[in-house]
Amino acid sequence: MQADERKPLRNTLILIVGLLAVWQLAYWLVGDVALRSPWQTIAFLGKLMRTDIFWIHLRDTLEAFGVALAIAVVLGLLIGFALGLHRLSGDAMEPMLVALYSIPKITLYPIILLFFGLGLSAKIAFGAIHGIIPVALFTLNAVRSIRPILVKTGRVFKLSQPMMVREVLFPAAVPEIFTGIRVGFSLTLIGTVLGEMFAAQHGLGYLLMNAISLYNVDLIMAVTFLLVVFAASVNTALLAIDRRLHHGG
Amino acid sequence: MTRVRLYQLAVVLAFVLALEGLCAVGVIDKITMPAPHIILRDFFRLLLEGRYFDEIGKSLANVLVAFALAFVVGAVTGTILHGYRTARDILDPLFATYYAIPVFAFYPLFIVMFGLGDGPQLLIGFLLGVVAVIVTTLNGLDRVPLVLKKTARVNRLGPLQTALRVTLPFCAPYLLTAAKLALAYAFIGVIGSEFIMARAGMGYEIGYAYTNFDNATMYPLILLILLLSILVNGLLSHWEKTLLARRGLA
Repeated sequence: MQADERKPLRNTLILIVGLLAVWQLAYWLVGDVALRSPWQTIAFLGKLMRTDIFWIHLRDTLEAFGVALAIAVVLGLLIGFALGLHRLSGDAMEPMLVALYSIPKITLYPIILLFFGLGLSAKIAFGAIHGIIPVALFTLNAVRSIRPILVKTGRVFKLSQPMMVREVLFPAAVPEIFTGIRVGFSLTLIGTVLGEMFAAQHGLGYLLMNAISLYNVDLIMAVTFLLVVFAASVNTALLAIDRRLHHGG
Repeated sequence: MTRVRLYQLAVVLAFVLALEGLCAVGVIDKITMPAPHIILRDFFRLLLEGRYFDEIGKSLANVLVAFALAFVVGAVTGTILHGYRTARDILDPLFATYYAIPVFAFYPLFIVMFGLGDGPQLLIGFLLGVVAVIVTTLNGLDRVPLVLKKTARVNRLGPLQTALRVTLPFCAPYLLTAAKLALAYAFIGVIGSEFIMARAGMGYEIGYAYTNFDNATMYPLILLILLLSILVNGLLSHWEKTLLARRGLA
């Protein structure tokens, strides 16, 4: 049993070492013109973290991302529950949500910029539209696939609609909803950074785009590395909780 | 028409009419968004004039190349990987975390490495799609019934022939799902990259029109991209459903 639990950890370690080795090899092949070695990147990131400017950009990104994620989760849950509880609405809207999910949402960004203006609210809106749909889709399917006996039991106890949602539907749907939030987390982060890359004056995405025009390879590598490590480690943690929820601990 | 279709039609109509109303009343001003009927008029004008056909062709060609690369490399990698349990176990955490990583963040790096041409765009489209294809292929191969594998062995098929004649045909519905995902990701990758930084293409034109307040070009082009991706996605989904239905899976 213990060996089984350690195996994923060992695999992750092998994977990380492997990826670092590939990176180092690529550096040796490409050279200083366009790449930095893992060690140089981490060293530069350390230096970057001692500057004030970096923390201003990071705070800006995190602020936009946090608000966007909150909006995505709340609206996604509301839409998911509303559609999940009404058969016809769910059947009709699910394919439409799936279609919306697969379009290149980045092309909608100019429209959002025109509506919200250049600034924090546009970034938040753009991050949120990336996250709402997965949260809504997972919630919708979670509510639909709840075992009817639970709903019947709720009815026997004469629960009101809000009570039913709070006491029966929500707890039963939590594992699936959590999966939706996990996917929503990643997509909202991607949306926020993408928004910053196209039009912004602050944030990590802006820092990245600015680094291209300055041809600052150190900065590009360091910020990309930071974003990847942040996204990957949060997702790994969420995935672990997700698996525990699905298998009942 | 079924009730579901009517419902969907009503939702779309209500949305368009609401926009039309908001534009007419002036809640949404002209600089922000032209009324839907004007967007539609500009859309047909743009198509009739054929002004952006080169750009559209270039973007679609890149989408197709990125899609083909992601699909072929992904399916082959998935098929090979299926035979190596340990390699698969080691790569599993990567697959599980892959879609949490903002692949677009690599775009600046690719521009520095390969220059501002088609290369970085294709690479982004490819990278977004390839892992979805690998995972879906593995998923399909896991479901091949033992009896089929035994039949292949009885007929003394080699590994390549087994894959081409037995296991991959069995996986056809999964490969179709993989193709659908790869195409959607190729679209997102190529158009998105063009939008962030490029010298040509539909995404670039939208960004250009935005900076010049040229709503008569921007909205029709956005509409075109949305219609194209919804149409292609719908067609593949439909095909996927018929294929699954024929096998009694849906």
